[in-house]
Amino acid sequence: MTTLPSSAPERRARTRPSAVAASRATPYLYLLPALVVYAAFMLYPLVQTANYSLYEWKGFGPATFVGAQNYLDLLSDRAFHAAIWHALVLVFFYAIAPTAVGLVLASVLRRGRVRGLGVFRALIFLPQVIALVVVAVAWRHIYATDGTLNSLLGALGIHSDIGWLGDADLALPAVGVIGFWLSTGLVMLILLAGMLRIPRELFEAARLDGASAVQEFFAVTLPSVRGEIATALVLTIIAALKTFDLVYMTTAGGPGTATTVPSYEVFNRAFNHKNVGSAAAVAVVLTVLVFLINAAVSRIGEERDR
Amino acid sequence: MPLFRPALRVLGGGALAGVLALTACAPGDNSTSSTPTASSPSAVSTDISALGDVELVVWDQEVRGSQNDALEALNAAFEDTYPNVTIKRTSQSTDDLKQQVTLALGGSDVPDVVQVNNARGDMGQFVSAGQLTDLTGYAEAYGWEDRFTDSVLSKVRYSSDATTFGDGNLYGLPQTGEIVGIFYSQSKLDDLGLEAPTSWDEYLTALDTAKEAGQQPMALGNLDKWPALHVFGPLQSNFVAADEIVALGMGNAGATWLDDGNTAAMEQFETWGSEGYFGSSPNGTDYDAAWTAFTKGTGVFLPGGSWLATDMEAVMGDDLHFITLAGLDGQVATTGGTGIPFSIPAKAENPDVAAAYLDFITSDEAMTMIADNGGMPVNDTAELAPADGVQNDIFTAFATVSETGTLLPYLDYATPTFSDTAGQGLQEVLGGQRSAQQVLEAFEDDYSAFVGS
Repeated sequence: MTTLPSSAPERRARTRPSAVAASRATPYLYLLPALVVYAAFMLYPLVQTANYSLYEWKGFGPATFVGAQNYLDLLSDRAFHAAIWHALVLVFFYAIAPTAVGLVLASVLRRGRVRGLGVFRALIFLPQVIALVVVAVAWRHIYATDGTLNSLLGALGIHSDIGWLGDADLALPAVGVIGFWLSTGLVMLILLAGMLRIPRELFEAARLDGASAVQEFFAVTLPSVRGEIATALVLTIIAALKTFDLVYMTTAGGPGTATTVPSYEVFNRAFNHKNVGSAAAVAVVLTVLVFLINAAVSRIGEERDR
Repeated sequence: MPLFRPALRVLGGGALAGVLALTACAPGDNSTSSTPTASSPSAVSTDISALGDVELVVWDQEVRGSQNDALEALNAAFEDTYPNVTIKRTSQSTDDLKQQVTLALGGSDVPDVVQVNNARGDMGQFVSAGQLTDLTGYAEAYGWEDRFTDSVLSKVRYSSDATTFGDGNLYGLPQTGEIVGIFYSQSKLDDLGLEAPTSWDEYLTALDTAKEAGQQPMALGNLDKWPALHVFGPLQSNFVAADEIVALGMGNAGATWLDDGNTAAMEQFETWGSEGYFGSSPNGTDYDAAWTAFTKGTGVFLPGGSWLATDMEAVMGDDLHFITLAGLDGQVATTGGTGIPFSIPAKAENPDVAAAYLDFITSDEAMTMIADNGGMPVNDTAELAPADGVQNDIFTAFATVSETGTLLPYLDYATPTFSDTAGQGLQEVLGGQRSAQQVLEAFEDDYSAFVGS
């Protein structure tokens, strides 16, 4: 008899949760600490940057509200246009070329029983592990007039005394090649993971139908890793568009303005020209551009997935 | 894979929050804009011992060997002289300090003494924002105008609104000197049968002789853009009157980049680039790699700054020499200046102690200590010169230029953006991307936009 009254509320609690637990806000309460941190370190600076872009401000002293003027100035700002164009060129080297090469490398690695696969994978992934500053310093030596690249060319019988990073036509591709070297390993690893996930039966079926390796690649492998391709492209395109350290450390945007990129412009305007408003406007435009391009890329990956 | 749909919503929310926030706050501190601190001699106290216990906060960028040693010794001596003062020193690289100062001077927690670069983009901006103490009163009390030459002090003078650079109030004191000239290897000249040049004509002829003999006439590593300024600056003095270069270099009104002299100088520089006087790719060569290669025999001459001497002398010994040449007016005029000056922020807690510190670290005894530690003091340079070697050449040259000639400003002092404009332009002339005339027009646009405003 005495057990009944005590067990009844218990049962009721299970069937009807308390007001706090039932509230739709509760899950968000659990997220709140993380949200606060995110808002303080991500959203607040983002909003502040957007705010600064509406002012003419040196970074200290008084600020003048200029509305959208900083953005309007960018429309006719040749240095900014050049920087955007350079960033798009880098997208080819950072994202598109590595994805193409990564696909080939990954499918070869998937098919073949390559000896020392682990070592090969580690070597190709190595660039991801090295600090970018170290990468930049190393490549400066490679590209020097008496550097590794010219020595290699010399060994092949081609005399070259080109300073690769100092030539107006070659500097941007030279920086791009460093990006290619950086991205390829990462892209290959993502794609390889995707390919290893494909059921073996699919390949067996293709082979029974008499498909060649190339046909197998286009019929089975490629469609199966679309999601991975989209992910790899998103990651590398972001890396390309926001490149800063590599350019800053290898060429400082030079020779002349041949290798300036939007992130470098942000730094240059804010800290060298002390024009924080314009720097913030470039930063906002860059953020929107990165967002739009990647939204488009992942949208395409998504649609094909269906 | 809806990676960006939630993100879109968040961004939308962020934008909304942003719009709400925008209406509220303007960046910057408007309160500092109209209150430049000026100290008059009557308000100045030079009796530091009577001030009780003081912690003097000093931010400097003297991290390199000899300069660091000298400053450490001076700090210890200052604390011995004034036992009531404790120095709290923070030392970091030039670039790091530069970024820090911009942020710090806008706040309220400022150091008592800080090194601020002379350029308009740095010191000039801080002066116009009222963030540095005018030291004129202290200069009278301590007799700084007798201690320093006018040529040196002009590099730390701005009008109180910072429209004029080189004249007006005093905003800092330098400790060391720097000079840009031309290094050469005696044995290389001997091989070519050349004497050390004593004029620009002789120098230009020597370069041609070296070229004809199949040598690389000059070494230059211009990958980082700024090194070419140290080649063009001295060259300019051969074609343009010193006072015009000073006006252009300090961003003061009344000069132009588009006259015959500057055109001739830039065309000479262009020729050097297109005909390979700096080797096959100066723009693709690292600064340090270039002077290192010079010590190993690449290049007959090396236009460069006095700061390279110690390291190069370690390799080349007595073979290394340094010259400066007389400019258009017959007097030696070459790029150079002072080490980064020590300034007192307007909001410094202990300005009197800070001024006593500035006095102490630039005194005659301090100059001796700097020389003893291997640095080049800004004053008494000729007397303190080492007996021989390349340092003797350099000390003597600096004394001559700062006392009887003209210490030309670094060209990037001119406007807040000139460092960028000049660095880019000289790279483009050198690489043949743009003509001398186009680059001079870019220089003029930057200069006149600033002077006109």
